[in-house]
Amino acid sequence: MALTRVIAEHPLSKYLVNERLPHAWCPGCGLGITLGAILRAVDRKVREGKIDIKKLVLVSGIGCSARASFYVRFDSAHTIHGRAIPFATGAKLANPSLEVIVFGGDGDIAGIGGNHLIHAARRNMDLLVFMVSNLVYAMTGGQVAPTTPTGLFTTTTPYGNPERPINVVKLVASQNPNYVARASATHPALIEQYTYRALGMEGFRFIEVISMCPEVFGRHIGYNDPVSLYKAIKSKTRVKARPSLDEADYDWNHGWVLGEFIIKNNPGYLRTTGRWRA
Amino acid sequence: MRADYITTNIAIAEGAMAAGLMFYAGYPITPASDLFEYLASVLPSRNGVVAQFEDEIASINAVIGASWAGVKAMTATSGPGFSLMVEGLGLAIITEAPLVVVDIMRAGPSTGVPTKATQSDVYQVRFSSHGIYSIPVLVPWSAQEGFDLAVKAFNIAERLRTPVVLLSDAVLAHAWEKVSLRSSEEIQVVNRKKPKNLEEGMFPFKPENDLVPPMPCFGEGFGVKVESLSHDERGWYAPDNETYKKLVWRLVKKIENNMSLIWDSERYFTNDAEYAIVAYGSVARPAYAAVKEFRREGYKFGLYRLKTLWPFNDRDVANSLRKIKKVFVVENNEGKMYREIARSVKSAEVISVPLINLEVPPPEEIEEAVKEWL
Repeated sequence: MALTRVIAEHPLSKYLVNERLPHAWCPGCGLGITLGAILRAVDRKVREGKIDIKKLVLVSGIGCSARASFYVRFDSAHTIHGRAIPFATGAKLANPSLEVIVFGGDGDIAGIGGNHLIHAARRNMDLLVFMVSNLVYAMTGGQVAPTTPTGLFTTTTPYGNPERPINVVKLVASQNPNYVARASATHPALIEQYTYRALGMEGFRFIEVISMCPEVFGRHIGYNDPVSLYKAIKSKTRVKARPSLDEADYDWNHGWVLGEFIIKNNPGYLRTTGRWRA
Repeated sequence: MRADYITTNIAIAEGAMAAGLMFYAGYPITPASDLFEYLASVLPSRNGVVAQFEDEIASINAVIGASWAGVKAMTATSGPGFSLMVEGLGLAIITEAPLVVVDIMRAGPSTGVPTKATQSDVYQVRFSSHGIYSIPVLVPWSAQEGFDLAVKAFNIAERLRTPVVLLSDAVLAHAWEKVSLRSSEEIQVVNRKKPKNLEEGMFPFKPENDLVPPMPCFGEGFGVKVESLSHDERGWYAPDNETYKKLVWRLVKKIENNMSLIWDSERYFTNDAEYAIVAYGSVARPAYAAVKEFRREGYKFGLYRLKTLWPFNDRDVANSLRKIKKVFVVENNEGKMYREIARSVKSAEVISVPLINLEVPPPEEIEEAVKEWL
């Protein structure tokens, strides 16, 4: 008897446009890990009969992360830089039976799209938003991002980033949405766990995923291979069950606290406007 | 059918609802806000959605999202807001999302004079998105036409899977007039083509003979790929020359080749005319009065009024003005559409009469300016 079992196809292949694989993401990138973890949570919800895959929509903006829309087999939209959240909001309001996921990067969601993020959270809009933070504008070649920790070198901060990074967990939490969590691509089980909880919940849900960009982030700050960057990020993350918002602060030396910062069950936008459908 | 005494803004809202509007997203801006307020008061009772967003960028993107979720959607704004919407307009064009943008022109550039009208946006609405495309732009001259062209704008949007601009202005916006309002049953309502089977639904950008693809939408089980990048018929990114050329030529030709669905113009007193004024929108009103006055004075004047600005119909313009000796293009701007008229009309002298007037040039001002050339 063979020691290994040959699996004819990827366990998530029914959720993937397999003809478009392999994906465009670099070796060592956290995006594939993140998408895989999300799809495993989706699969659990589908198998439990809690999500109809025909009603699931993934909306992305522009950037490395936005390419996720290429690879999912269910409905998806690759829109414009920063605008995934309003596009997704329009789709959800027009057809409340849809479960709409936004999948974007930190530049997309917190930089150019930051205003849309704040207002969607304020409305407790019935969306699940993932922000994959690789701490850099990667697709354009490694420019400083709003999330880049102070002091780090990027192509547009060749003398070190003089600015302070944005704390998106705190920013979103200040608008009192229903769910705010932070995970990391170094902890895929957490991404799956948080996604599983947030899928199908009412109101605005936000999950930040700290991620690795070895190509145009790690190499600029002295991590010359994907493994060393992965190990560095992993060593800078600490998991807590229900951290306080003050623990959401981060910098390059102290790293990130991962966990579920906010879990609430307030009425979402659709319920408050009389359009909620369970 | 019922008659009501309403503004052009309200007439446009009524026309949109008769055509099947179910989703409106907007941001307050003079002189478009009261159209928004009116819909906010009446559309929810028709099961439609009205939402105010954080800016015009969000508004148009929400409208595109709603269109892809299968409903008829619209936003309204003025020049400064349209400037912010241009990015989203490009997304609507390349993803072929049917929707209507109402641009109620005010005096620009920049903040300009928010409460006053000029015809400053006639190029902005046509050319401001980057890339290669064509977009229909309809221009009413009355509250009644606000209603009629709102219906037509939705029908074109759905028929050709394209954004359509309805171009009004600050004077028309708040002009009260009697309007015949017809219900959905009393007008022709066009709905987008849908895929006939799963196979068709897998190709959201595969055109039929009219160059328009049937439109699968979210939640219908097709696994639709909405793509802002250059894409093939499946909606898959393809950066090659062949795919790109095929896509953008189709985006242009599905509009230009369907000119007969879009183009409309009207002629008044042109049968025996030696001179003609060409005008559109609010300026066509005093131009009409000026033409009548000229005729009283013995000058054989006619009026040729554009109801569509884009795509520009060279042939209709040239034919309509072929017996005219002198053509005067009267506009409330520096002479924008003049260039198109002069390019199309080879048989007559075409003279630009740019009358910038925040109150709309009165007939006397038009007569005076035109007489200098007689």
